[in-house]
Amino acid sequence: MVDVGTESDLLRWIPLLPLLVAAYHGISIGVLRRPTVPRVAAIFSCAAVLLSFVLACIALRDLLALPPDSRMLVDDIYTWIGAGIGSRALSAEVSFQLDPLSAVMTLVVTFVGSMIHIYSIGYMEDDHRDDKGTQRFFCYLNLFTFSMLVLVLGDNLVLMFLGWEGVGLCSYLLIGFWYSDSWNAYCGSKAFIVNRIGDFGFLIGLFLLFNALSEIGHPAVSFAGIQAHFDGIVEMTIAVPAWMPFAPEWQLVNVIGLCFFLGACGKSAQIPLYVWLPDAMAGPTPVSALIHAATMVTAGVYMVCRLSFLYAAAPEASAVIAWTGAITALVAATIAITQNDIKKVLAYSTVSQLGYMFLAAGCGGYTAAIFHLGTHAFFKGLLFLAAGAVILAMHHEQDMRKMGGLWRRLRMTRWVFFAGVYAIAGFPPFSGFFSKDEILVAAWASHVPGHTWLYGIGMLTAGLTAFYMFRLWYLTFCGESRVPSDVLSHVKDPNGFVVNPLWVLAFFSVTAGLVGLPQIWGDLIGIEESNSLANFLKPVFAAGEPHHIAHSTEYWMAFWAVAIALSGTALAWLLYIKKPGVPDRIAATLSGLYRTLLNKYYIDELYDAVIVRPLVVFSDRVLYRIVDAGVIDGIGANGTAYGIRAVAANGLKYAQSGLAQNYIFFMIVGAVAIVGYLLR
Amino acid sequence: MGEFDQHLLTIITFFPLVTALGLMATSILAKLLGADGLPASLWKPIALASSILTFLLSLRLFAVFDPLETGFQLVEHAPWIPEYGIQYFVGIDGISLLMVLLTTFLMPIILLASWNDISKSLRNYLFFMLSLETGMLGAFVSLNLFQFYVFWEAMLVPMYFIIGVWGGPRRVYAAVKFFLFTMVGSLLMLLAMLVLYYLNFDQTGVLNFDLVAPPGGEMGGLLQTVVPVDGIWWKTQTWLFAAFALAFAIKVPMFPLHTWLPDAHVEAPTSGSVVLAGVLLKMGTYGFLRFAIPLFPSAAVEFTPLMMTLSVIGIVYGSLVAMVQSDIKKLVAYSSVAHLGFVMLGIFALNVHGLTGGVLQMVNHGLSTGALFILVGMLYERRHTRQIADFGGEARPMPVFAACFGVVTMSSIGLPMLNGFVGEFLILVGTFLAAPIFAIIATSGVVLAAAYMLWMFRRVMFGPVDNPENRGLIDLGLREKVVMLSLLIPIIWIGVYPNPLLRRIEPSVIELIRQLEVRRGVVEVETEVAPEVDSEAAPEAEAEPEAKTETAKPDAPDSALPDEAEERL
Repeated sequence: MVDVGTESDLLRWIPLLPLLVAAYHGISIGVLRRPTVPRVAAIFSCAAVLLSFVLACIALRDLLALPPDSRMLVDDIYTWIGAGIGSRALSAEVSFQLDPLSAVMTLVVTFVGSMIHIYSIGYMEDDHRDDKGTQRFFCYLNLFTFSMLVLVLGDNLVLMFLGWEGVGLCSYLLIGFWYSDSWNAYCGSKAFIVNRIGDFGFLIGLFLLFNALSEIGHPAVSFAGIQAHFDGIVEMTIAVPAWMPFAPEWQLVNVIGLCFFLGACGKSAQIPLYVWLPDAMAGPTPVSALIHAATMVTAGVYMVCRLSFLYAAAPEASAVIAWTGAITALVAATIAITQNDIKKVLAYSTVSQLGYMFLAAGCGGYTAAIFHLGTHAFFKGLLFLAAGAVILAMHHEQDMRKMGGLWRRLRMTRWVFFAGVYAIAGFPPFSGFFSKDEILVAAWASHVPGHTWLYGIGMLTAGLTAFYMFRLWYLTFCGESRVPSDVLSHVKDPNGFVVNPLWVLAFFSVTAGLVGLPQIWGDLIGIEESNSLANFLKPVFAAGEPHHIAHSTEYWMAFWAVAIALSGTALAWLLYIKKPGVPDRIAATLSGLYRTLLNKYYIDELYDAVIVRPLVVFSDRVLYRIVDAGVIDGIGANGTAYGIRAVAANGLKYAQSGLAQNYIFFMIVGAVAIVGYLLR
Repeated sequence: MGEFDQHLLTIITFFPLVTALGLMATSILAKLLGADGLPASLWKPIALASSILTFLLSLRLFAVFDPLETGFQLVEHAPWIPEYGIQYFVGIDGISLLMVLLTTFLMPIILLASWNDISKSLRNYLFFMLSLETGMLGAFVSLNLFQFYVFWEAMLVPMYFIIGVWGGPRRVYAAVKFFLFTMVGSLLMLLAMLVLYYLNFDQTGVLNFDLVAPPGGEMGGLLQTVVPVDGIWWKTQTWLFAAFALAFAIKVPMFPLHTWLPDAHVEAPTSGSVVLAGVLLKMGTYGFLRFAIPLFPSAAVEFTPLMMTLSVIGIVYGSLVAMVQSDIKKLVAYSSVAHLGFVMLGIFALNVHGLTGGVLQMVNHGLSTGALFILVGMLYERRHTRQIADFGGEARPMPVFAACFGVVTMSSIGLPMLNGFVGEFLILVGTFLAAPIFAIIATSGVVLAAAYMLWMFRRVMFGPVDNPENRGLIDLGLREKVVMLSLLIPIIWIGVYPNPLLRRIEPSVIELIRQLEVRRGVVEVETEVAPEVDSEAAPEAEAEPEAKTETAKPDAPDSALPDEAEERL
């Protein structure tokens, strides 16, 4: 039955602290117009998030004190939305729960979040635009942290949706933070609207789930409630018309799974909804690090893992997830190799890495997905922040073609940056190596149709990842400097607020892999149960772990993964250091392919031409001008009015002829009719 | 209950009208006597004070209203023209309580928001506004059908003048269109009312317009009338429902009867738009809840597919058309069509979630769309244009305005934590339980709403300040801040903690559904055996164990539900 968990009033303060500070900021700038001194405002915000982190650590300690099978803290506050009775009672509580999965997410969010908050102090001080506003920035950032924490701590789908939309809102606000630039504002709106398409899926999935559960008499929206009665709806099917694929009936859980995955596609930027993420780079760099790399975009992965019991029962939906993830990983990686904007490369890399996580989740490797989510938060957060440091040093230049040779100037940034590159490329013993390996193993061992192909795509993507990351590294830090000499002389490491968080993140990018050290490596150095992350998460993901494969195979897989990463690196070295003229020649020879990649497969243009523009034209020309103005108003309303006037003018006025005999005639006709009716 | 509370409804309803008449009387008297009379500078404060007092009185109403009771409360019954069954009969349930609150809450805000708007014949304007308030309140509290009709028509007149006198360049066309559209429906409704009246007379031998039995009265009201559903082409119930529904659907407005709305909104002054969107449109949805559905339950169920289809069309169509508007006010007007589509969808889901959400969404729409119209009015006051293309980068000179506009926009989009989400979510859940396909299509409205609202918001508020006229715009003053703040507080409050409202709505809604079931059961015994009749016949036995396994909500309303275990709810 439903495991109630242990009460803990602590939990509510984890999300509430950032909210309170956000509210303080909001009131002081939005209502009172008395901004706090920027440094003080920033310190409030950082303190709130750091305190949340401390609270999360305390909560983790409490959680670990419990026996592994009942590790669940709950904090039930009040009923948010309640309606209906009996088997249709809907009751969405404001209630938080901390189980191992939420704990991992909370720690990542608050820890990486605090580092990025601190970094932002330094980064935003450099902001000289006319629409700047340190306090506004920190207000949004805190609001984001609140929403994200609600998302991961919420104990039901509706509350999760609150966080889900909240992070979307903050993403919108922060992408368009420098709103005086129309492009930024456009990118923000695009992110929100594309995410809304995903939310459509989320909501439908939620309704389907609630409907099904209420049919078996156990309406629930809380995860515990859903899981407890989930067995009752596994066998349900939906009858569909014969012309639809897989008619005559669909398995309900698959449909629900796909609906939720559509939501995940929106939030986590997977095909077909990934188009907003690269544009989201219009926001300030700390935002890209926090929201569009480390935390928000992983919400979709978190959701799939949170609903792992559902996906374990929905093999087809899982297969779709795995394949979507794999294809997204590959496609995004191919785009990344042609981008010249340092943040765009990282953005596509994020899309690609998120694809990896979905590949793992779809293959049933939920632990691997969460593991990679965590390590990715560290090294991608680090990479973005380090890129931000480079951008600051370069006076807001983001084009890598105008960089190069920064190795000598950025004496601290280069080390942390290299740690990030090394980790994402997947070289041992940095964190990316272990988590990526886990995913590849999960893909190999899974039962998803075509899983060897998935493994192959994963390997190929790993090679591409190493290639484009080292390409970025070489173009930025190595080789001849292409920086104008007047700029170059000013290039130096940014201040301590910016650099110090980088060291912390770099440390974890290097070591975080040890948390989830696969058993094969634990065996080598003689540790039992080395994969402490997997053990910690085990109670959450009881269902759907992949089968284990022989140790020797795993060693070989690790070997090949390193080999392919090495070859990617070598290729990058060859093309960008050894023979720097070659890439241009390749681009010239394969100009069609190159341009397709450079323009991101023209997906944006395709969506615009196929969906957006026809819809607008249809609404304007057909609905507004023809239906509304023409048919309803023109023919319907005004037409009736003219019609009546015409009848009156041309017909009725002759009845009023003034001839007495006519009147008498009509009188008699009328009288006869009445008498006839009465005598009937 | 004290003497004062017994007459509370009457006092609230007529207080604005008394003020209005007082204003008129003093100035007429002064004219007759050749004296100066009340100085013009006091008119607005007096009107405002009166409307604030009305609101405070209705807060008292909220306090004395017992959310656990299901019937009508604070009932007052007095003979008016008793020979014809026309009585003065007022009373409220949870639904009308919220409507009364919404009306009295919005009115002071409207007066304050349009403080500097009106320069020509201010006294008449205030007279019309205040008498309009009485008209709306009277319609919401009426329990006598004839009395309702009087108030319903009485509302038209002030609104007609507000649009026609204080409106924009095409105000006369818009006012006439508004009047004619509404009139067409009203007359058919009047006819249907008379048919119902005589039907009731045939069955009881008493002439009666009361909706329910008055306190202490012996025979039931019109709600007890058996309206035949049979007949070859003259299915009485169907036709009567159709006549009522047409009147209300025009008011809502439902697709395709909505074209008067954009015109009326665009031409009306800010205050007119806010009343129109905030309260008057609710008259239509309220009419369905109070009259059309309970009086003609079988026909209502019969019409459900059509009503749902029209609602869904309204949602999608309204959103799509809103997307291509170049005038902000017109955009908001079309968004109203979409939002009211949601309300109607919820109502015709005919289950607790949908109806509760629908009623709540009526309040929400009043708040957010009202706020949007006020914001647009503020922009118009500064720039004398409403074309989206004329604006750009307003967030720069007007940051407080931008913040308010942003929150209201998000509320209109239905962002969780703000009011719009709660209503929309309940409506969609309810619709999904009743008819999944409609819910799925309606949910796409959520995407479209984001598209058109954000498109407008971006074009108006963000980007560079290209147009020099936009550069020096002044941010909100104290008065405007008070207006916005008093709207934002309930917007956020309902979003975070809607329970105080939900638990007042729910018992009334459950009562409505119960009545519907009972009456449909009674009516349909001979014609067909509806599935509902079965569940009605043996609800206790099968449903009782159900109730025990369910985790009952911790809050109060459940304990008071009449049929805790009723399966269909």
